[in-house]
Amino acid sequence: MSSNSFAYNEQSGGGEATELGQEATSTISPSGAFGLFSSDLKKNEDLKQMLESNKDSAKLDAMKRIVGMIAKGKNASELFPAVVKNVASKNIEIKKLVYVYLVRYAEEQQDLALLSISTFQRALKDPNQLIRASALRVLSSIRVPIIVPIMMLAIKEAAADLSPYVRKNAAHAIQKLYSLDPEQKEMLIEVIEKLLKDKSILVAGSVVMAFEEVCPDRIDLIHKNYRKLCNLLVDVEEWGQVVIIHMLTRYARTQFVSPWREDDGLEDNEKSFYDSDDEQKEKTDKRKKPYTMDPDHRLLIRNTKPLLQSRNAAVVMAVAQLYWHISPKSEAGIISKSLVRLLRSNREVQYIVLQNIATMSIQRKGMFEPYLKSFYVRSTDPTMIKTLKLEILTNLANEANISTLLREFQTYVKSQDKQFAAATIQTIGRCATNISEVTDTCLSGLVCLLSNRDEIVVAESVVVIKKLLQMQPAQHGEIIKHMAKLLDSITVPVARASILWLIGENCERVPKIAPDVLRKMAKSFTSEDDLVKLQILNLGAKLYLTNSKQTKLLTQYILNLGKYDQNYDIRDRTRFIRQLIVPNEKSGALSKYAKKIFLAQKPAPLLESPFKDRDHFQLGTLSHTLNAKAAGYLELSNWPEVAPDPSVRNVEVIDLAKEWTPAGKAKNENPTKKFYSESEEEEDSSDSSSDSGSESGSESGEEDEEGDSSEDSSEDSSSEPESESGHQSDTENRRAAKRNSKTKGKGDSKDGKKENEKSKTSDSSNAESSSVEESSSDSESESESESESESRKVTKEKEKKAKQDRNRLATDASLLDLDDFNPVSTPVALPTPALSPSLIADLEGLNLSTSSSVISENIGMISSKGNKSSPSKECAKKGQPRSAAEGRPHS
Amino acid sequence: MIHSLFLINSSGDIFLEKHWKSVVSRSVCDYFFEAQERATEAENVPPVIPTPHHYLLSVYRHKIFFVAVIQTEVPPLFVIEFLHRVVDTFQDYFGVCSEPVIKDNVVVVYEVLEEMLDNGFPLATESNILKELIKPPTILRTVVNTITGSTNVGDQLPTGQLSVVPWRRTGVKYTNNEAYFDVVEEIDAIIDKSGSTITAEIQGVIDACVKLTGMPDLTLSFMNPRLLDDVSFHPCVRFKRWESERILSFIPPDGNFRLLSYHVSAQNLVAIPVYVKHNISFRDSTSLGRFEITVGPKQTMGKTIEGVIVTSQMPKGVLNMSLSPSQGTHTFDPVTKMLSWDVGKINPQKLPSLKGTVSLQAGASRPDENPTINLQFKIQQLAISGLKVNRLDMYGEKYKPFKGIKYMTKAGKFQVRT
Repeated sequence: MSSNSFAYNEQSGGGEATELGQEATSTISPSGAFGLFSSDLKKNEDLKQMLESNKDSAKLDAMKRIVGMIAKGKNASELFPAVVKNVASKNIEIKKLVYVYLVRYAEEQQDLALLSISTFQRALKDPNQLIRASALRVLSSIRVPIIVPIMMLAIKEAAADLSPYVRKNAAHAIQKLYSLDPEQKEMLIEVIEKLLKDKSILVAGSVVMAFEEVCPDRIDLIHKNYRKLCNLLVDVEEWGQVVIIHMLTRYARTQFVSPWREDDGLEDNEKSFYDSDDEQKEKTDKRKKPYTMDPDHRLLIRNTKPLLQSRNAAVVMAVAQLYWHISPKSEAGIISKSLVRLLRSNREVQYIVLQNIATMSIQRKGMFEPYLKSFYVRSTDPTMIKTLKLEILTNLANEANISTLLREFQTYVKSQDKQFAAATIQTIGRCATNISEVTDTCLSGLVCLLSNRDEIVVAESVVVIKKLLQMQPAQHGEIIKHMAKLLDSITVPVARASILWLIGENCERVPKIAPDVLRKMAKSFTSEDDLVKLQILNLGAKLYLTNSKQTKLLTQYILNLGKYDQNYDIRDRTRFIRQLIVPNEKSGALSKYAKKIFLAQKPAPLLESPFKDRDHFQLGTLSHTLNAKAAGYLELSNWPEVAPDPSVRNVEVIDLAKEWTPAGKAKNENPTKKFYSESEEEEDSSDSSSDSGSESGSESGEEDEEGDSSEDSSEDSSSEPESESGHQSDTENRRAAKRNSKTKGKGDSKDGKKENEKSKTSDSSNAESSSVEESSSDSESESESESESESRKVTKEKEKKAKQDRNRLATDASLLDLDDFNPVSTPVALPTPALSPSLIADLEGLNLSTSSSVISENIGMISSKGNKSSPSKECAKKGQPRSAAEGRPHS
Repeated sequence: MIHSLFLINSSGDIFLEKHWKSVVSRSVCDYFFEAQERATEAENVPPVIPTPHHYLLSVYRHKIFFVAVIQTEVPPLFVIEFLHRVVDTFQDYFGVCSEPVIKDNVVVVYEVLEEMLDNGFPLATESNILKELIKPPTILRTVVNTITGSTNVGDQLPTGQLSVVPWRRTGVKYTNNEAYFDVVEEIDAIIDKSGSTITAEIQGVIDACVKLTGMPDLTLSFMNPRLLDDVSFHPCVRFKRWESERILSFIPPDGNFRLLSYHVSAQNLVAIPVYVKHNISFRDSTSLGRFEITVGPKQTMGKTIEGVIVTSQMPKGVLNMSLSPSQGTHTFDPVTKMLSWDVGKINPQKLPSLKGTVSLQAGASRPDENPTINLQFKIQQLAISGLKVNRLDMYGEKYKPFKGIKYMTKAGKFQVRT
């Protein structure tokens, strides 16, 4: 309210003149608003008083007015000392507004800004995660170089915070600090590396953003997190999705070989992708044989597909460009439907999407052909949309649809929007050159347009006809004659120039008309446009060479006029032509060839799409829209000839194989009971074998450690749906299990106890796991059919995974504040057991494609839990990954 | 990412600016004004304008340009989509999004913008969370605030931001638990001179207004889900469930939201509910032309067509029109040359028509194109694609909610070429 009246005063007091004055000065320097300075001074006095007062309401009023000033772009920097005093205010709104002020002016008043720092430092230690987060947010937004060390420290601490929300803010702070002081890059990369390992969906988008901004070239940081990111993708918030997808597109182009060589081997690809790790190994060894897609490559393509149904246009576009750039050509087709759907959106979205479609439709017509009619133009579309649609229609034109299109174009030509009508004529010209069957039809259509009343339409037609005629060595004398007549009426320079050029070029075919045209032109030479003058000179030269008897004098007259023209281009041209065609003793050897020079056979112009050269930019980027490299554009590299070692992403291979060769099926085959007992016995051996199998012993201890933690994280993603959709009984189980694990201590040695534990809990979980099987069976049927032969292996792996999961769960418990999820997890408790399949599907729906299998595994894990989890838990508490020794106790 | 935001009204005044990184001088908008001048019409201003050091990405809504300033490569749709989200949020907060409203609520606007972006990267864009952080102004609250001195800023912290269902706020309580769903379909069509359909598509949305206590988990199933082959969802909808069972399963946000939008493309035959008979002719000899249009129902499945409005942009050469409608009212603006006829309901027994003469500018040549006719209409209780909701079930809460479903068909971009 008060800010309202204040705003009013401001305006009426200042009046229009000062308002304008301020506008002008503010463009020069934001702080130099002279016009209002005196009046501001007075007003600011009472604002100061209000800020000094004891009453919160007065302070709040003052802050509101100040924010109003900031919003209007007025200078309020001199209030800084008075405002900063209130940074520790108890009132949240005052505090927030002070923050707004502080972030805006701290850069200008660095010394005073330092006064506020201690408040934030205190808040960084607050027990409430949201207060910690907001303190970090404001602290890192204050662009004062002196506090860089403090920020660095705060970021490091926040990156290890227990709350994922604080860690998210830490990721944001990284970018801010980097832009403030690029010197810190190395340290920041360390933090990024750490945060990339984070498995919370809250953090993923923000940290990838930081990665893109600080060190986009450190692709090596992504390797270990690649699969986790792919799996988390569906659950990340929409803005994060866009950033991650763009980053992964680049990543894929550096790490995988091109899938575009042969697309027919697709069946095989699918197969090998479901097969397990040793076959992958083989594959990497001999790349020469028929192309097989890297399973990681497939994983990315598959996990992004559901995002085509996002409500967010940016996400859809991001997925579309991903498919365009990295999927096999035969699969890219699915994006067209979604892109066409976006065309219903706002004009800005339409504009960008149409641009991208235009680029795509040049290379792969077939993708958008079925949607031809969606690109038909409506009279209410803005002109820029209309021209883009036309562009696409032209690209899509072929022998089959050209007749429909031409009929459609006929309506467009008559449009009241003349700019659009002109563009349509260009389009018809392009269709005519591209599709030889309709060239004559188009030409006659265009000739009809020459009698149109609108000058722009006629002019455009002339230009296009000229191009067409040039392509078709002339049996079109009639058209040329017709056009020569037009010269009297038409005034648009381009059109006049075109006609003149055409007559000059064909002067031998219209021997009677050409000299007469030249005569008329000589008369009006001085009043013509430069463009036309040049063509008059050309025409003169050509006629001089072919028909000098009639035109010699005329040409000389024109050359004389040209000699004294104001435009130096024309003077130059005149001199050049005179030397070349008029024989005199000084003329060089060239004049002999003058005729050849002027009347050479000229190649027909290629009518090309303006979007032809855009394809070297990554689709969906700003650079693509502008057709120029924008600052910070990251080139999309070409596919490597030979794929870099895929094992850099490994470690997770075990776990991937597990996620893919799913559990559901393994369970179907071995009854659960058997599974547990068997695996229990074999635990040791399986563990070591799968370890060595996938990591092939070549990796250092450190890598191993990393791998373990990222394994953890990919599993975390799959456990997410549990907490989300909250299988109540399940959660309870987990809790119980957690409690167990807490009390247990090092359970490795206590085998007897473990045995007991297992039998107790496995009963309770059996029912659940069976229901999981049911529902997952159909969605996972693909995978089931595959790895029959591997069932045994899978069980082994599962056992290992169960172990990891145990660890993971413990870690999870300490890293995520489970209480936050509580309200969410409760409601989905099932009313009846009969519903459980649908619920399981829910769980799937909320999460990644592979989740179902993992859910069942988790349940399995719960049953045998409690034997060994506390060591890892301790580590996690300290925010460290498990050490190598702990990670591989059996090897 | 997004450096700054400028709000510019149609007369070219910058009435609000907000910076998320260091301050960008508002002189950068000069490039925008240049482009605006070149474009002549507001809707032709290019959404992306490069300047020497910045890029200006803008959206135009409610007669306001929202101009975002960015410095480095970023997917343009990312920014555009975000700006639209900003506008939606303002609309959600204040009911309308207009210059005076934004000026009146400048503090709330500022607080909201502060929360939506951190360092130019979207932070909280879900309206449920934002409303928890900053309460939207209502008359009652303004009065209470001025008396008690309490604030618009929520004093509890937004737990939703941390939850795995970030779109729903926690601790929702209602005495009347209700869930309403509106199935709204818009027909986009181009009808040619002879009345045959050139292209027709249906764009449908399901808008929901859900006011349910606690954390309800809803499932919505359709009689004929196969119609929906091209859909986009609110993030709350579980993709997997839809793919396997064709059922919408979701924990809804609180309040109004768009659950789903879908597209039924031209391949499936689209029923066109109205036809327009027209006879528009200009003659060269006289400066008079004839004008006659009649609107009638076609495939309406027995429902009445309401709210029919016919608009048409007349050629520039038209000076005036003298017309008489059989029902409704009509106007012709001689400056913009826009004819508008508010027909109202169509009575199949007595078809509405508009007849009369067109006077052309003396000496002006006959316009070579007949005007396009744009049509708006509404049909209640009908989804023209035939989509039908089967049932709505709720799990997770004990109470019995009140459920309601409404269908409506509207004209989208419905054009008749003459």
